[in-house]
Amino acid sequence: MQYRIEVVHKKEWPDPAGLSALADIRDLGIEAARDVRAVDVFLVDGTLDRDEVRTLTEKLFLDPVVQQYRIPGPGQERWDWAEGPGVHSIEVKRKPGVMDPVQQSALKGAEDLSLRDKIEAIRTARKYLVRGDLSRAELERAAWKALANDTIEEVHIDQPEVEYPLHELRYDFDLVEVPLVQADDDEMLRISREGVLSLSLEEMKTIQDHFRKLGRHPTDVELEILAQTWSEHCVHKTLRGHITYEGPVPEGWEDRVDQDGRLVLDNLLALTVVGATTKLARPWCVSVFEDNAGVIEFDDAYHVCFKVETHNHPSAIEPYGGANTGIGGVIRDPLGTGLGAKPILNTDVFCFGPLDMAEEDVPRGALHPKRVMKGVVAGVRDYGNRMGIPTANGAVYFDERYTGNPLVYCGNIGLLPKDCVEKAARPGDLAVVVGGRTGRDGIHGATFSSVELTSESEEVSGGAVQIGNAITEKKVADTLLKARDRGLYTGLTDCGAGGLSCAVGEMGQETGAEAEIQHIPLKYQGLSYTEIWISEAQERMVLSVPPENLDELMEIFQSEDVEATVIGRFTDDGMLRVKYGGNVVAELEMDFVHKGLPRFKGRAKWEPPSFPDPLVEESWAEATSEQAQACRKALAGPDDCADALARILAAPNVRSKEWIVRQYDHEVQGQTVVKPLVGVNCDGPGDACVITPVLGSHKGLAVGCGLNPKYADIDTYHSAACAIDEALRNITAVGAPIERTAILDNFCWGNTRRPEQLGTLVRAALACYDYAVGFGVPFISGKDSLNNEFNTGEETISIPPTLLISAIAVMEDVRHAVTMDLKGPGNLLYLVGMTHPELGGSHYLELFGLTGITVPHVRVQRARPIMQALWSTVQRGLVRSCHDLSEGGMATAAAEMAFAGAVGLEISLRSVPYEGPDGHRLDSVLLFSESASRFLVEVPPENAAAFEAEFSALPLAQVGLTNDAGALTIVGLEGQKLMEAPLGRLKAAWLTPLVGR
Amino acid sequence: MPVNVLILRTAGTNCDQETDFAFQLAGADTALVHVNALRAAPARMSEFQILVIPGGFSYGDDLGAGKVLANELLSSLREPLERFLDQGKLLIGICNGFQVLVKTGLLPGLERWRQQATLTFNDSHVFEDRWTYLAAPENVSVLVGDGERLYLPVAHAEGKFVAESEEVLRQIRDKGQIVYRYTDPEGKPAGYPWNPNGSVDDIAGICDPTGRILGLMPHPERHCLPVHDPRWPREGLKEEGEGLRIFRRAVQFVEEKLGAPAG
Repeated sequence: MQYRIEVVHKKEWPDPAGLSALADIRDLGIEAARDVRAVDVFLVDGTLDRDEVRTLTEKLFLDPVVQQYRIPGPGQERWDWAEGPGVHSIEVKRKPGVMDPVQQSALKGAEDLSLRDKIEAIRTARKYLVRGDLSRAELERAAWKALANDTIEEVHIDQPEVEYPLHELRYDFDLVEVPLVQADDDEMLRISREGVLSLSLEEMKTIQDHFRKLGRHPTDVELEILAQTWSEHCVHKTLRGHITYEGPVPEGWEDRVDQDGRLVLDNLLALTVVGATTKLARPWCVSVFEDNAGVIEFDDAYHVCFKVETHNHPSAIEPYGGANTGIGGVIRDPLGTGLGAKPILNTDVFCFGPLDMAEEDVPRGALHPKRVMKGVVAGVRDYGNRMGIPTANGAVYFDERYTGNPLVYCGNIGLLPKDCVEKAARPGDLAVVVGGRTGRDGIHGATFSSVELTSESEEVSGGAVQIGNAITEKKVADTLLKARDRGLYTGLTDCGAGGLSCAVGEMGQETGAEAEIQHIPLKYQGLSYTEIWISEAQERMVLSVPPENLDELMEIFQSEDVEATVIGRFTDDGMLRVKYGGNVVAELEMDFVHKGLPRFKGRAKWEPPSFPDPLVEESWAEATSEQAQACRKALAGPDDCADALARILAAPNVRSKEWIVRQYDHEVQGQTVVKPLVGVNCDGPGDACVITPVLGSHKGLAVGCGLNPKYADIDTYHSAACAIDEALRNITAVGAPIERTAILDNFCWGNTRRPEQLGTLVRAALACYDYAVGFGVPFISGKDSLNNEFNTGEETISIPPTLLISAIAVMEDVRHAVTMDLKGPGNLLYLVGMTHPELGGSHYLELFGLTGITVPHVRVQRARPIMQALWSTVQRGLVRSCHDLSEGGMATAAAEMAFAGAVGLEISLRSVPYEGPDGHRLDSVLLFSESASRFLVEVPPENAAAFEAEFSALPLAQVGLTNDAGALTIVGLEGQKLMEAPLGRLKAAWLTPLVGR
Repeated sequence: MPVNVLILRTAGTNCDQETDFAFQLAGADTALVHVNALRAAPARMSEFQILVIPGGFSYGDDLGAGKVLANELLSSLREPLERFLDQGKLLIGICNGFQVLVKTGLLPGLERWRQQATLTFNDSHVFEDRWTYLAAPENVSVLVGDGERLYLPVAHAEGKFVAESEEVLRQIRDKGQIVYRYTDPEGKPAGYPWNPNGSVDDIAGICDPTGRILGLMPHPERHCLPVHDPRWPREGLKEEGEGLRIFRRAVQFVEEKLGAPAG
């Protein structure tokens, strides 16, 4: 029978879940909601008697100090303070098949109580008791907009005790063939679309030809295997394609221009991102663009590896689950690199729509940006924290165009013993799946990521969304590394996009592999062979294990309750053979699976945009009178400089992200030695985090990132250059050397089948080559996500081209690190680097409603020696603090340094190194230009001479002095006081909360 | 003779390695032991003089922090634990370990094995990682000196200490079982964020009436090296991290009071 147990916080104790729900409901403008109490509902099916249910409840479900419970039935306890007239109930339960982590823990607890045998299932729901006079429509809105997500949950309104039957699911084997051999073009496109295969006509034709030669139709699972393996997500077919580009060609690429003036790029990836790494040939690059993560040398015993992934589409539909499995997935990349790296650091970068967007402006089918952000942050938090991996570097960016298609980048760094890089499954090795069970979750994730999101996406792709269970993955990581250290397996990879299909196919690429689907452990019955094979259920890894090691391996996993199962073996016939209960359901040549994909051919074009810019007088002519007026105002400078600065500091892209940072455990593992928040009160914006991967050693890693979609609207070439520069500035600002820095690229773009989108992508990629080579910094890994668009039903909104550059640097001794907070009065403040009249894409112009065109350029011949010289001065201990200049320019950086250190500062603009027309040497330009490769550096007077000597031929000037006056004072070019702002005022602006409460 | 420390692991434990490192810095010999292995051979506990339950999310904390592991200890390891404690040995719970000890009833331990207090959700409703100050009132813990001050990080979602009744709170106060209170930098009581979770009476850590069971929410193992201090780039590197003191005191206690370990 089924018991329902309801647990609630006692009247006298605050109920956190209820209070959060109340805030979220009122946030929707439903003022009638006066109070919410959250009730945890446990549904226990089995043969327990009532006393046993009470034992189970009291020992496991209840915190007796702050909670009380009831088992509904005759004479049940009444909670008058929480229910009764004027109180509505909204019950939310995960749909059947959706991961419920509580279930596993509850069953484990029941086992310890010797009650496991009497229990068939334990499931949970959450009931909200909402006090207030809410209409049915308001209750529905509260349920769907604040409390539940249709993709994964069901809702029952004002139904007191819902019963949830246990579904008996069945599956009867029936081999499905897809009639492809005679299909015409329309028919093939229909098959691709309806199957969410995301295969183009040319790709479908290639498959058709192949099966014509075989003289049979493909089975459904064969088609799925090909679709997964050939997906953009898995093979980057666009970037590896043959592309012709029309438009202005950056310097240095002229020799690839054909007689028609088009730039011809045969395999963009190989020529740009990978090409730079090949050219640089750094001896410390161990494995690049091959394994699940890029590997570089760390110390005598270890390498480190780094991977950044995106999980955009799932996060758009179900932010919590999407981000949850995004971080869970990327952790498995280092874990599946070489023979397995220990995950030691997470990074996260998010792009959302504006948080203050009016509810009615949110396009149908999209969630409100605030809800997306809350869900995404909670998803990363709950997974990362439970994994015991610090999350200590990241960024958040807001733009209206991310509303329907937010971006969620998750990164992970792993520590890999030097002898664990090489791996290869050998014929005769067993294929062992380890970790989570397989369910109907995450089906079509790999191909879904290539589909445009629409107002209907929630409905068609619910299956692509999953919830993770971090503890399963934590157990896998703990035991896997033990097995690795005993050398029990020859190869491994993670089950990510494409599930077992891609994992087994990839490992057996050189040998051949066969698998029996019926051996794969399932979460529940009723799955077809295809669903099982392509499911992207989380927390699974695949190992190749020599048979003689199997017993020892199994014992390790069993000892910590990790499920491991032999599902097949690696062969030597070059075939991928998959069976279900002995019936062959797929039989494909590995060569066709991995090399049969036809080359993508793409056309790209780019025309420079024209935006009015205050610094380009000719541009005013074409501008509206309003814009021309704004240009004049921007050029004249703000009436109140302090006010302009305060507004920039409070801009969502600049203001403090402390609300997010603190929710992550950023120092578990005891290795975070420069935290993400720094300064006298531990709340200033650190430039990069520094960790010591080996406890007790001072050798470290600095990790930073760069991203600036605003510049990309003007020119993705310079935007990419600036993103690289920014990531390297972060690294340099904490005292790490760019000479030991590697970078990663993550391109998130709109639909690159459109030439304009591909054009901006080409330009960004070209810059990646030019600046990686220019700075001498190799790319080691990357990923692209190329269909980030949202169709509202009326129009398609494309995200701004968004390139994330992540940087990782090896530091010899972390004790040389510096932070950005000013350290004390009486020190000199230097500006390192050249300021140019570059206001395009700046926060300053945003104050005037302008984009501008004078986007910052990176002059790499100067930038590289600046960063090298600065590193050298930090190494020598000459520097007390250092902050890079980015969004908001010098004024913003100076303010951040001053309030983070609670040290006053006076700056004069007269000595600022400037290069450009005299007429543009203006206070506003010097204060707010976002020119690249610049730093503010605090140096004690006694170190001044030695410091300056390092910069002999480079732009450098002393621009200020620290003091104890508690204000930021800036003196303009004419010697006039531009501002004298109390630090408290500037800091308060910067601390404007991201979300209320 | 070395002091032997058992660091208990289970699914979701995640501060075991830094806790291990801290005890090694303090001069102890350590062993990371999974609860399954300990259940299979509980007699192993006699080899150790200190048992630590480190931080993490045991079994995901899915049913409330520490609940499932507390239930497991109660149902499977109660007798060996009882024996261990009767021998005057030390039991320390940090963060999730503290939550476990409270939910087993070992802390505050006015009636051993009956839960009389809890660590519930922070007033902020969310997980928070931040550094705060601790001050030790007059107390009976063998590991903490009266008046001692510490600077440590907390990192938890369920750290608000609440007693079952005023009477329980009065007793633990009167018996000197409050070991650490959250304070501001000057050592004075202060609200949020210095008290990061809304704990009653600013309680950050408590001991049992014998003083040999200690539980605390902040993480001393995350401040055992000079570079752990978030302000070392401002203030320079100290000789060692402040949190190491607790580990040193534990090792010293065993050496002095428990004599040469049996073995």
